Amino acid sequence: MNAGIKTLKIDGRDVSARADQTILEVARENGIFVPSLCYLEGLSPVGACRLCLVEVKGASRLLPSCVTRVEEGMEVTTRSERLERYRRMILELLFSERNHICSVCVSNGHCELQSLAEKLLLTHVHFPYRYPRLPVDASHPRFVADHNRCILCTRCVRVCDEIEGAHTWDVMGRGIEARVITDLNQPWGDSESCTSCGKCVHVCPTGALSEKGRSVAEMAKRRQFLPYLTMMRTQR
Amino acid sequence: MSRLRLATVWLDGCSGCHMSFLDMDERLIELARKVELVWSPFVDAKEFPEQTDVTLVEGAVGTAEDEEKIRRIRARTRVLVALGDCAVTANVPAMRNPFGRQAALSRAYEENATRSQGSPSSEIPVLQNRVRPVHEIVPVDVFVPGCPPSAHTIYYVLEELAAGRMPDLSGRTRFGA
Repeated sequence: MNAGIKTLKIDGRDVSARADQTILEVARENGIFVPSLCYLEGLSPVGACRLCLVEVKGASRLLPSCVTRVEEGMEVTTRSERLERYRRMILELLFSERNHICSVCVSNGHCELQSLAEKLLLTHVHFPYRYPRLPVDASHPRFVADHNRCILCTRCVRVCDEIEGAHTWDVMGRGIEARVITDLNQPWGDSESCTSCGKCVHVCPTGALSEKGRSVAEMAKRRQFLPYLTMMRTQR
Repeated sequence: MSRLRLATVWLDGCSGCHMSFLDMDERLIELARKVELVWSPFVDAKEFPEQTDVTLVEGAVGTAEDEEKIRRIRARTRVLVALGDCAVTANVPAMRNPFGRQAALSRAYEENATRSQGSPSSEIPVLQNRVRPVHEIVPVDVFVPGCPPSAHTIYYVLEELAAGRMPDLSGRTRFGA
């Protein structure tokens, strides 16, 4: 028997996995849908958005499947009334926290937050909207950062650090005050570390980062490059 | 079978949802056999009618007048439908919310006016400080997101309600659709 292979059950189905895989990776390999926003294949997982929470038999709490490794004999449930309720609640909190106005957003029709809301049957937000006053940074010659649409998934931070190696992006502040920043909270256009590669723009799940000059619904993201770049670096 | 008593109202919105309603084209004739239109922006009645079966609400609640209207409508309606993103999320009208009422009035009536006479003080409804979605004011029975929801979606909603069923909108429309 190969010690590197684990067998487990996901939604009652027997599946096998490498010992170093996460529940989310294995679920997706087997065509089982688990929603996520911060996870992106090719970047290190951070378990920030909590949308990929699953139930694991014997565990008293819900576990984020993107950062939970498979174990022998594990019994995972990815769909339940409780999980769906929590996932919708998380989406509603994201919508109420900033100003996501889908109808006039550059990413309308191409947004992961918007399409997850549709997929998880969200028809309205129960929480009162906060309507914070947030800046739009258009100082970069090619790109725009609109903090009204940011969900703090940190994909931009990770791709810039792990793939581009520039680490222009980071997170400032805590809790509701947290915000992604370029360099030491300087305008993006003044950044000395930014290489203008645009990877952050294309991994951003919403309209928070976009290419300049894109109008409503015009900002479709292209992220096919990411798995190839990772593969080139790790499997060469 | 008696026809469904239908009302449509236009609060803080652009009328795009009503345009989408009209986009039903020839299905409007079919619909006319199933519903009786008792109130809408062009129906000449002075008072919102009692015992309305279904009211489609376009627009958010942005003024004291909107709020008074929606409370009266709710009290006189059996099934209240929030039609479109403004009613469901407050959408574009709510873009003034981070700035407040006074900033919005100054921008419209002073900064961008060639011959400024200041903000209006009478004759038009008083803006509230924040624009809110309908369900923050009164209970809503059916949510139909979309900017605007397609004519097909609106027809589906009315057809279901006319048949005495609650419409299931899952997968039919979305925010910003």
